[in-house]
Amino acid sequence: MIIGVVKEIHHGERRVAMAPSVVKQCIKTGHSVLVEHGAGVIANFTDEQYKDAGAQILKKAENVWKRAEIILKIRPPIDNLETGKHEADFLHKDSCLICMLNPGRNPKLLEKLAKTGGTAIAVDAIPRISRAQSMDVLSSMANISGYRAVTEAAHNFGRLFTGQITAAGKIPPAKVLVIGAGVAGLSAIGCAQSLGAIVRAFDTRTSVKQEVISMGAEFLEIDYKEDGTGSGGYGKKMSKAFIESEMNLIAEQAKEVNIIITTAAIPGEKSPILITKEMVESMIPGSIIVDLAAEGGGNCEMTKPGEFHLYKKVIIIGFTDLPSRLPTQASQLYSNNTAKLIQHLCREGNLILDLNDEITGAITVVHNGNVIWDPLKQSSQAQKPIQSNRQEISIDKPAKAKSTKNTINTIWPKLSMLTMIIALGVLIGFEGSSILISHLTVFVLACFVGYMVIWNVTPSLHTPLMSVTNAISGIIVIGGMINLSEDQILLPSIAVLIATINIVGGFLVTHRMLGMFRK
Amino acid sequence: MPEGIITIAYILSGALFILSLRGLSHQETAQKGNFYGMLGMLIAIVATFLTGNKSTLWILIAVMLAGGGIGLVLARRVAMTGMPELIAILHSFVGASAVLVGIVSHMEVETKIGSELIINQIEIALGVFIGAYTFTGSIIAFLKLRGSISGNPLTFHFRHQLNFIMVLAAFICGFWFVSAYQQQLLALLAVTIIAGVLGILMIMAIGGADMPVVVSMLNSYSGWAAAAAGFMLSNNLLIITGALVGSSGAILSYIMCRGMNRSFISVIAGGFGVDEGKLEVTEKYENGDTVQSTSNEETAEMLRNAKQIIVVPGYGMAVAQAQFIVHEITDNLRNRNINVKFAIHPVAGRLPGHMNVLLAEANLPYDIVFEMDEINSQFKNTDVVLVIGANDIVNPGALDDENSPIYGMPVLEVWNAKTVIALKRSMATGYSGVGNPLYKRENTWMLFGDAKETLNKVSVLLK
Repeated sequence: MIIGVVKEIHHGERRVAMAPSVVKQCIKTGHSVLVEHGAGVIANFTDEQYKDAGAQILKKAENVWKRAEIILKIRPPIDNLETGKHEADFLHKDSCLICMLNPGRNPKLLEKLAKTGGTAIAVDAIPRISRAQSMDVLSSMANISGYRAVTEAAHNFGRLFTGQITAAGKIPPAKVLVIGAGVAGLSAIGCAQSLGAIVRAFDTRTSVKQEVISMGAEFLEIDYKEDGTGSGGYGKKMSKAFIESEMNLIAEQAKEVNIIITTAAIPGEKSPILITKEMVESMIPGSIIVDLAAEGGGNCEMTKPGEFHLYKKVIIIGFTDLPSRLPTQASQLYSNNTAKLIQHLCREGNLILDLNDEITGAITVVHNGNVIWDPLKQSSQAQKPIQSNRQEISIDKPAKAKSTKNTINTIWPKLSMLTMIIALGVLIGFEGSSILISHLTVFVLACFVGYMVIWNVTPSLHTPLMSVTNAISGIIVIGGMINLSEDQILLPSIAVLIATINIVGGFLVTHRMLGMFRK
Repeated sequence: MPEGIITIAYILSGALFILSLRGLSHQETAQKGNFYGMLGMLIAIVATFLTGNKSTLWILIAVMLAGGGIGLVLARRVAMTGMPELIAILHSFVGASAVLVGIVSHMEVETKIGSELIINQIEIALGVFIGAYTFTGSIIAFLKLRGSISGNPLTFHFRHQLNFIMVLAAFICGFWFVSAYQQQLLALLAVTIIAGVLGILMIMAIGGADMPVVVSMLNSYSGWAAAAAGFMLSNNLLIITGALVGSSGAILSYIMCRGMNRSFISVIAGGFGVDEGKLEVTEKYENGDTVQSTSNEETAEMLRNAKQIIVVPGYGMAVAQAQFIVHEITDNLRNRNINVKFAIHPVAGRLPGHMNVLLAEANLPYDIVFEMDEINSQFKNTDVVLVIGANDIVNPGALDDENSPIYGMPVLEVWNAKTVIALKRSMATGYSGVGNPLYKRENTWMLFGDAKETLNKVSVLLK
């Protein structure tokens, strides 16, 4: 397949859809890659790097669109203000556009793409299932957003994040509240934590508590019991009483913390307001709010989407392009995801869209000129619980299975063994000679001594133990020695010979082995 | 030489053997334990010498020198990875000796009469049976471990019935031997041959993954063979020592079986590795799921950036002889203040404690080597788990897939770590023939290639 990478023309977009290292991978797997001149410059990928990776550089975007069978982009197609042409119009019958399309909100764009007769794939519609995780651009972008949200806050914060006690006095650590512990939230927690801040996190989904704690943050809980686990790994809307107690909790925290990072977005809907004007006013001067839900209106009442502004001594950051602010990393991850996606979509070098496939069916929004985006299908697919990511392995189950099996397996052998031993005992008691009985005494006692001694052996010494017991069992040499007489030479000699090999070999090899163990 | 002194000497060496096993229970005292064993053996042999027939003394000395020389060479030459084979072949020697001692005892002029004679005959038949079984079984185990014959279990219809018939036949021959007054030697040889064939069939039927159990089981049998010889020769030292070794081997087998969550009976009955569940399992995990592979560079990077690393060695490490390079990498990482630990599964390798010996050979400090139970809870705090040539012992299917033939076997829960890097030659299944869903997990990265070569490259990158 010919893969084309064009420059993003959206104002302020710094990312590029494919990094040179991924270009190399694609060429290795048999694709060829066309890159528009200067496509990666802002993300610090030069044309030379692309060339070195094996890509062909084309001067004009039009030519890339024309020749490529798969077009990779990040942002949805828009009007090019310089040339006056809409990007979507470049799509043609034999080409397939892969980018973020936000199909739920862009029906007109989908129509426009369909008119060209081509195919369009929305990478932001990838279902959140385990199998598709490596292709999920939303997760990788959210990860970057969460990180960047913290560094944006740190950059604008007048103090250190970490607490220290210095000769010049004590530095208190910053307190960070993260609302919403999705991918972005967890990433923000991790970043703030590693900068040394005290991090608290809140989420309506109690299931994420473990994850929050594992990242090193404190998980705030409210008294009201309701689980907010919604479809597709996102939160759902909560009841009124719940929201009330949630708001109380946030209001309490707002007075105390220095930085609030909100990530509560509900897909396709307006973001819920979690931080009211009053809460903002109650915050310590110099505090910072980073609103990652700004795209959907923001979680803070005072957020201005896409902007950075000061409201009564509180800085509110509503940037909607956080991933693009770390363009090199974001491009790298985005291209890794799309490379995995292309790998999924291509069979033997050809693009084959199997619409019955759970992933392919969900992301193909325009197919050969028809809009096939179906929001209902999307949500029904997302409804499946997303527990497959983290399998809770039940410990009870195997234990139970084991015990039932054991009772059947063990009772009968044990019982029959016991009868046999008793029968044998009686037989020997009546019939056996005193010599046999005294031998038996020695034998049984020795068995028990062995039993007691061996249980204490540490497992790491099992091999030396085995070779030493092996050497000791060479004691059978004595049997051979006793047997050896003038009448019987050959067989006892052989017995003595091999038993001696055993003794010497066993002890020496044990010695050699034990010499290796050191503390 | 009075009988009393000999008996005292035997008691002494019996006590020394017990001390020897006791010494082996801890690393600090293990070396001492080994010396106790040697001393005990020396006392026993010298005491027996003194009672022995003077006219055959020179033969004894010559034979023992020859045997000692061969033993010396074997012990010097064997590579630590070849330890399982060596131990298996040494077991066969004990078995063979027991057979020979039994046959010769029978051929010697009998002074016993009545019930004593019968009992003695029973003891001889039993000793020969166990000895012959141990002998051929150990040879098969040896060949399987060496790879001279396939590790796959050899199974056929009516296998259990055939085995049962053979045991019955051996019993009948034994009865014939005990009761008949003529052709007794023939009967004894029949017992020997039947036991030998039985040993071959039984061990052939046991799959390669169960070899640790087989080797320790044969160890146990070699002990019982010695004990049986003690009964027939009326020698308490042989009885004591045989019983010690026998019970030691039995406990080891039990520990191994517990490590695999399988009953002893099911292991010795054999046939493991061809369970019907196998096909389903592999299909289940092959539907469209792909594994992700990583490069040496990325591996080095991940290792360098980790805070805690757990290395899980398996048989693959032994095969590739990678223990030395593993040590080098460990030293390098530890110098960077990275916490490196080793996790050893009870049945990793082909011998109980096999991995520990290999790591010790590479001079790795044993206080960073942990048993499964000690370390299983630590995986969740671990950044990188490096699985080197291990398969079944890190198979999550053992815990959550009831169709898996190894369902219920305790495993190292490596998947709880942030990242798992699995070194493997290819995607082939492990010794038990079971597919491993671990490799398809999203936090697992495969690093394909020969473990030694790959790790050499990683080590260079880490420098």
